[in-house]
Amino acid sequence: MIAILGKEIKGYLTSMVGYVFIAFLLMVSGIYFTAYHLKGAYPKFAYTLNAVLVVFLIAVPILTMRILAEERKQKTDQLLLTAPVSVTEIVVGKYLALACIFLIVVLVLALYPLILSQFGSIPYGETYAALFGFWLMGCSFLAIGLYISSITESQVIAAVLTFLALFVCYLMEGIAGFFPETSSASFLFLAVLVAVLSFLIQYWTKNKAISGIFLIACEAVLIVLYMVNATAFEGVIQDIFGVFDISGHFSEFASGIFDVTGVVYYLSIIGVFLFLTVESIQKRRWS
Amino acid sequence: MIEVKSLTKQYGNTKAVDNLSFTVEQGQIYGFLGPNGAGKSTTMNILTGYIAPSMGEVLINGHNILDEPEAARKCIGYLPEIPPVYPEMTVEEYLSFAAGLKKISKKEQEEMIYNVMEMTNITSMKKRLIRNLSKGYRQRTGLAQALLGYPEIIILDEPMVGLDPKQIIEIRELIRGLGKKHTVILSSHILSEISAICDHIMIISHGNLVASDTPDNLVHLMKGSEALELTVEAKETDIRRVLDGVQRIDSCEVKPSDEEEACDVILKTTGGTDLRRKLFYLFAEQKMPVLRMQQTRISLEDVFLELTDNPVAAAGQKAETDKKKRGLFARKGEKEE
Repeated sequence: MIAILGKEIKGYLTSMVGYVFIAFLLMVSGIYFTAYHLKGAYPKFAYTLNAVLVVFLIAVPILTMRILAEERKQKTDQLLLTAPVSVTEIVVGKYLALACIFLIVVLVLALYPLILSQFGSIPYGETYAALFGFWLMGCSFLAIGLYISSITESQVIAAVLTFLALFVCYLMEGIAGFFPETSSASFLFLAVLVAVLSFLIQYWTKNKAISGIFLIACEAVLIVLYMVNATAFEGVIQDIFGVFDISGHFSEFASGIFDVTGVVYYLSIIGVFLFLTVESIQKRRWS
Repeated sequence: MIEVKSLTKQYGNTKAVDNLSFTVEQGQIYGFLGPNGAGKSTTMNILTGYIAPSMGEVLINGHNILDEPEAARKCIGYLPEIPPVYPEMTVEEYLSFAAGLKKISKKEQEEMIYNVMEMTNITSMKKRLIRNLSKGYRQRTGLAQALLGYPEIIILDEPMVGLDPKQIIEIRELIRGLGKKHTVILSSHILSEISAICDHIMIISHGNLVASDTPDNLVHLMKGSEALELTVEAKETDIRRVLDGVQRIDSCEVKPSDEEEACDVILKTTGGTDLRRKLFYLFAEQKMPVLRMQQTRISLEDVFLELTDNPVAAAGQKAETDKKKRGLFARKGEKEE
């Protein structure tokens, strides 16, 4: 794991990619920093972080697109997968390298509030809580990027898919707003969702009995629940979409709250996507 | 030691490897021989744990490659078909990364990297980016990587591809040297390479192991006999009369020769008995001049072609050829049962 971590960090820092990522994020945050804080004399650094968020959509794919896709394309994954290391070690090593490169950006950003403190009093606790949330959020995006890089051989496809995935996450709040919050709409939405899931189960397992039982059981439970307490269904659509609203969870941090649910949420996102990455590599070996 | 038990790998409807079983003993050089697409690389990828088999199991020194992958892979050094090198690294950086990956302690690393670079003759290239190396040097860098940690088993997938004749001889020597301490498995579709270095040849065709024996035995046992060709200046009936008195002749074919008043004779002898001297004197006594006498050996090439050619027909005659092969490669045959 250490060997892979070291190799990846070195790889990023001896090629353009790492520097482009770092420079891009720092340049944009520098512009906002100058505009909001140095010119506008606004004391809350989280404001800048919130503005920089959109840059992730482009910066993350730059960093993650090659990390696994390239290995597969050049067949160097044969070296990694036949070495006495587990797939989990490989994936975690690579992921930590991404997180470390991003940490460089965060560490530089951590200097900005100190600069501001020269001109007035800064709420350090709130500011650094926001920066911590910012790092976690970035790490979640990187985990998604890592996963997408593992499912394709092409860097370009990996970059485009990562951009799309992050873009959809970024717009999630708006997308959720399209749907009505009424309980009947939520019920319908869930019913369709269950149908889609059972279709996917049928596709994966090729077993009509399992998918059929799943479909009937879930729909029955839904109907019973709806009969018993229809009001509980209100806003369920928004809740479901909220799960994918990665940048939305940052708003609590940005407003200066050390949001424990947010930390758990980001760690879960990271965990789930690392798990999916390991599984997607394993799956390919078995197919 | 490697034990492979009824290994099958299926891609969709095609079977890349079909019910393959064999055992690889310690300290020998094994050659996988087969035409392109025979399943050599797939087998090697399964042995090294790169891909999982659809069915069957692989035991490396008693460790199952799926249940204890790390323990099993620790015993193996692998050079895949395309050397898994990173173009943006120098040779030295690459080897030190590979050593780290194989969990070789920092203390041993330096000496070991130096040694494998010496063995594969790439020390002069150590500061060069792999991107700028020729195919031969990349191949050797990949080979150096496989040797790191001096694993018991070294698996090389087409190690000679892309090397010039001088390098091929060097690598051949290197592999021969390795075979003294390590178990080496290498694959190739080129027969001369395999027969030049391997102690044991496994011929794979369409995912099946069609033969497994030493190169000499393969040649000897395939037909069970060697042929002797003669041109004798005499009539066909006279020649037959002489030959009838000779024992240990399996079959004999006599036909008119291109030369005038002479006949060509093709003899097959039992168990490779050498009848040249005897025939010489026999014909001499009868005043029949022997114009030409030549012993023809069945080449490994013929064996290879016969075993790998025409799989459909082979499948049809399976019972018959199986019996034959079982007889020939009896040791193997028992294992397969």
